[in-house]
Amino acid sequence: MKKLRSSVRPYAALFRLRFVRELQYRAAALAGVATQFVWGAMEILLFRAFYETGAETPMTFSQLVTYEWLQQAFLALFMLWFWDADIIECITKGNIAYELARPMGLYRMWFTRVVAQRLSRALLRCVPILLVASLLPSPYRMTLPASPLAFLGFLLTAFLGLLVVAALTMLVYGLTFFTMSPGGVRIFAAAVAELLSGAVVPLPFFPEKLRLIAELSPFAAVQNLPLRIYSGNLAGTEALVFLLVQLFWLLALWALGGGLIRRAQRRVVVQGG
Amino acid sequence: MKLYFRYFAIHLKSLTQYRASFVLLTIGQFLTSFSAFLGIFFLMERFQTVRGFTFSEVLLFFAVTLLSFSLAECFARGFDTFSSMLGNGEFDRILLRPKGTVFQVIASKVELSRMGRLLQAVLTFGVAVGTGEGDWTADKIVLLALMTLCGAVFFAALFVLGAAVCFFTTEGLEVLNIFTDGGREFGRYPLSVYGKEMLRFYTFVVPMALFQYYPMLYVLGRSDNPLLFFSPLLSLLFLLPVALLWRLGVRHYRSTGS
Repeated sequence: MKKLRSSVRPYAALFRLRFVRELQYRAAALAGVATQFVWGAMEILLFRAFYETGAETPMTFSQLVTYEWLQQAFLALFMLWFWDADIIECITKGNIAYELARPMGLYRMWFTRVVAQRLSRALLRCVPILLVASLLPSPYRMTLPASPLAFLGFLLTAFLGLLVVAALTMLVYGLTFFTMSPGGVRIFAAAVAELLSGAVVPLPFFPEKLRLIAELSPFAAVQNLPLRIYSGNLAGTEALVFLLVQLFWLLALWALGGGLIRRAQRRVVVQGG
Repeated sequence: MKLYFRYFAIHLKSLTQYRASFVLLTIGQFLTSFSAFLGIFFLMERFQTVRGFTFSEVLLFFAVTLLSFSLAECFARGFDTFSSMLGNGEFDRILLRPKGTVFQVIASKVELSRMGRLLQAVLTFGVAVGTGEGDWTADKIVLLALMTLCGAVFFAALFVLGAAVCFFTTEGLEVLNIFTDGGREFGRYPLSVYGKEMLRFYTFVVPMALFQYYPMLYVLGRSDNPLLFFSPLLSLLFLLPVALLWRLGVRHYRSTGS
């Protein structure tokens, strides 16, 4: 037990540091909240126009509204494009030497950092958005979870989704060791992730075949799953199957990213000075 | 103008030194707006129309917005990093030179990596014209060009607005992204889809609809009111308060001293 505690402690410290740091940027958080709220509202207004055509839809309007609000509230949790500028600078500028001197594995340390940063940012920002969204008049109001089970499923898959997006982030950082190009890989990955995670349009609105491909991709294991389980759009066996897919991707990405970082570490040359 | 081309040539030269990164960035930019394109395609495929507009018609709105935004971005992105210019004292150097401040900030940065977006916008134009059934008379083409041009000036004015605010706050005001990036995102569709109130907002407060929505009705043959030709020009009125704020800012400016 004692051994466990002492091995967890450095990671807990990392967590606390990130939280305190994030709390310093309250003005930025406020601006973020305002932007995200407008974004959510405009998306919902857009879909209202589409739903008025009366065509058949794969999500009810209430499910869609809830999906959009949750997406905006937890933007920092799930969007791949929240990069850590410090880590990137570390890789490209050579400060990596300091990181390598620390008594923790590089992969685990950065992974913890990514998770902590996303969590602290999201927790700070989600409260006002969720609050306002659940007080809005009827068709635009965010609803409660479809059932207590759906809520539990949401919590579980949201947590796993956070780990998946952190593993994806680590994969991109790992690649940065080899390309050294500042924006290229990141903007590329972010564009693909945005589409396939259901950030541009929720995945149920994709054409049949593409929808299947997207849903099985690691990107769908991030926000698509928890958000749809919350609103009851996904339930029962179907939800369970996607939970397994999510677990598979988590393990696969963890292994892949870990291997990549280890290889990069062996190759890394730090110039003195 | 000659001086601007000199600046432009220098930026171009420095860019060619980082070719691989430039290419990757361009592809990435392209992909980002391509996924926006796919989003429109998926939704229009399912619903067929939105407030009476068809897929190729919506694409025309998307293309005009994207083209004006990326043009503005290519030439006026210097204003986007303006807070750092104030912070590191670069603006002092600008004030010392015998040329207008606005001109120098514009010339300080040329963002050719935004070419990816530009390319996407041009291609979208192609698809919109190719799949649509509008007959393209000279007056419609002229109006479309005018809309794009005024749109570019409008977005550039938004960038200047963001920079002018920096004079008073030193830090950039992130909230303004709602209008810059937001303008680009929400302008993918005709601004009327968001409802009457939103259209009114985009007409009188942030007059994007004046170049994005109303004149398009003429281009699409929904209206034959020739007065709509003046609508994009009217959106340029937005320049007045922005220019005023900029002036005020320059006068208010006190160097950080570093």
